Amino acid sequence: MTSSRVTGAQSLIQSLEHAGADVVFGLPGGAILPTYDPLMDAAHLRHILVRHEQGAGHAASGYAHATGEVGVCMATSGPGATNLITAIADAQMDSIPLVAITGQVGSSFIGTDAFQEADIVGMTMPVTKHNFLVTDAADIPMTIKQAFHIASTGRPGAVLVDVTKDAQQAMTDFVWPDELGLPGYRPSPRPHQRQIREAISLLLQAKRPVFLLGGGVIRGRASEQVRELVDLSGAPFVTTLMGRGALPDSHPAQLGMPGMHGSVAAVSALQRADLIIAIGARFDDRVTGRLDSFAPHAAVVHCDIDAAEISKNRTADVPIVGEARDIAAGLAAELRERLAERDDRDYEAWWSFLSNLRESYPLGWTQTADGFTAPQKVIQRLGEISGPESIFVSGVGQHQMWSAQFIDYERPNSWINSGGLGTMGYSVPAAMGAKVGAPDRTVWAIDGDGCFQMTNQELATCVINEIPIKVAVINNSSLGMVRQWQNLFYDQRYSHTDLNTGHGTRRIPDFVKLADAYGCAGLRCERDEDIDATIEKAMEIDDRPVVVDFTVSADAMVWPMVPTGVSNDEIQIAQGMTPEWERDI
Amino acid sequence: MRTTIGNGHFVGSTGAARAAEVLPDTHTLSVLVENKPGVLTRVAALFARRGYNISSLAVGPTEHPEISRITVAVDVAEQPLEQITKQLNKLVNVLKIVQLEPRQTVVRELMLVKVTADSSSRTSVLEVVQMFRAKVVDASSDAVTIEATGAEDKLRALLSMLEPFGIREIVKSGAVAISRGGRSITDRTLLS
Repeated sequence: MTSSRVTGAQSLIQSLEHAGADVVFGLPGGAILPTYDPLMDAAHLRHILVRHEQGAGHAASGYAHATGEVGVCMATSGPGATNLITAIADAQMDSIPLVAITGQVGSSFIGTDAFQEADIVGMTMPVTKHNFLVTDAADIPMTIKQAFHIASTGRPGAVLVDVTKDAQQAMTDFVWPDELGLPGYRPSPRPHQRQIREAISLLLQAKRPVFLLGGGVIRGRASEQVRELVDLSGAPFVTTLMGRGALPDSHPAQLGMPGMHGSVAAVSALQRADLIIAIGARFDDRVTGRLDSFAPHAAVVHCDIDAAEISKNRTADVPIVGEARDIAAGLAAELRERLAERDDRDYEAWWSFLSNLRESYPLGWTQTADGFTAPQKVIQRLGEISGPESIFVSGVGQHQMWSAQFIDYERPNSWINSGGLGTMGYSVPAAMGAKVGAPDRTVWAIDGDGCFQMTNQELATCVINEIPIKVAVINNSSLGMVRQWQNLFYDQRYSHTDLNTGHGTRRIPDFVKLADAYGCAGLRCERDEDIDATIEKAMEIDDRPVVVDFTVSADAMVWPMVPTGVSNDEIQIAQGMTPEWERDI
Repeated sequence: MRTTIGNGHFVGSTGAARAAEVLPDTHTLSVLVENKPGVLTRVAALFARRGYNISSLAVGPTEHPEISRITVAVDVAEQPLEQITKQLNKLVNVLKIVQLEPRQTVVRELMLVKVTADSSSRTSVLEVVQMFRAKVVDASSDAVTIEATGAEDKLRALLSMLEPFGIREIVKSGAVAISRGGRSITDRTLLS
């Protein structure tokens, strides 16, 4: 490639374009100013000016979630960069491909406690897959190329590139490198055939197998291959919080979500299984409950792109490291071959046990004691009316769990949430990013009144940039999940969880007025009979964002629940109620 | 491969000499890394973040200028060791990790020790120095500074012999280690 004489800043913009970025969410400041100048003229790079850098990070993450492409955010040095950290940590925990570009003070000022200096490379080291400090303009193209490659390959993650102001200002030759120059980075091992054979041997011996499908199936674009494997096997599957939508909820072998707020069928399937085939799932503590009593009878086949996840929490009997789609395709091919030779499978007793659980303990809710709307009903109707082609983006807490439970996800990348880090405030900016990435889809931010108050200023960004997201504030006037724990475990002492936004309060702030102030459509729904009409009205508005204040009961709780620190066998379907284990399998 | 370092345990660069206890769970890893700024921080921070204790650490150049070698001794059981190795492997700047088998490995530490030695005791101190094939690198009217290299147990034995004379100051390097035989782990890294 021929080189051209440019500034480091121009080189950075050209590098981002060469790396395939088309949108950057960001907010300028002193140390990144040189880069914002050529950004103004960039032909293939749209910049969306956010109102807070955390919003830029979550928007980039929502964009990446919805598209599978790398999300890009940009901020200045010091506080601009530190404001990105939550979003960077969030993306890293959920294996979301994210590249964060930050300006840094001039290289001669580094280490002097200069104005707006922060050692962002040092600070983000524990929460990134990798990060870079660039002090020489000549290094910019290679570094950006490496950053995008690292973020998007293997187990995806967050990469930060910190560029000093003098590197942005210096003259340099722009050359997009052909090579990567990453001798220590080998992201995609091929799965071993021997382990695939062993896994299928275990599957063919198993009487009670279950597939545990995690976010890795979605991030690894493996839904098709995994579906083929699951269909061929005849075994049931569960989808984790991050894996919702990996396979359709309408699939007959779907048992729901496992874990702390999982369905009885999904939790019990894992507890009673004699074989778990985990694909792209990391045996998170919210899934396993007490580790020593988790799935006590099960052999484990653990398939993951990240070798360090294998046997980290639960020891694997057969580890398979590789891309989820390669592993699933390999397992399916092996299974097909072996079944052609001999087929002794008999899952009838297993399916009968599971079907019984699924029918006896479906997800549900009861009327609230105060007579106000049950939040679960709002969320279920949102899913039904908006439909499976929509994207649903939640914050963190009760509304997140209900959104995972009561909306049917039929395709990957239709459910976006902060699973690992559990970042309140994720929803609005992430929905904004998702809508930018998938402008033809309806994007609902399903948010809590607590979460919404953390990041709702990005509504201004949405209005100004014509990003018509829809926000359903599930307003129970409190930090609902914390309140639920106070109800269950702290003698109903509601210490500092009342937010005064709902029924019988002064409504500070009034979310409808707030929506109006931002130039959004603001709607309120306080009665069951208005739910459908309100959702339909929100669906009709597409020229600006809509905020719906669904004022609901504060007493609704997320069930089922496995309290922390106990076995998943202690699952409660409602307060103090455990399923009747009428028969053993 | 289960690695047990000789007879015990050594706290290197931290300088806080622990009791000479036998810790069968000390493992020595040779970590080849790209010679770039901040790489040592990444490695050390990974150990801290994942809750593993480094008992000895030594970093230096190799025969290839673009590669540095970190020799790290860590006190863990076999299962967490595997986890550490996998996590280290995920660091982009880490090229290769070799767990050194103690019987196939030469391990050396460097120690400088300042011992009280006046005219009445100097001869006895020098006898000890000779016995351990150590050497005196500095002397004054009331003290000598001794340089010694060796495996951890040899240095510990030397120290216990010097102790009665009065040890004023000790400084020790972390252990460096190399496998026996003609093969080099760096060559294979560059080829791969």
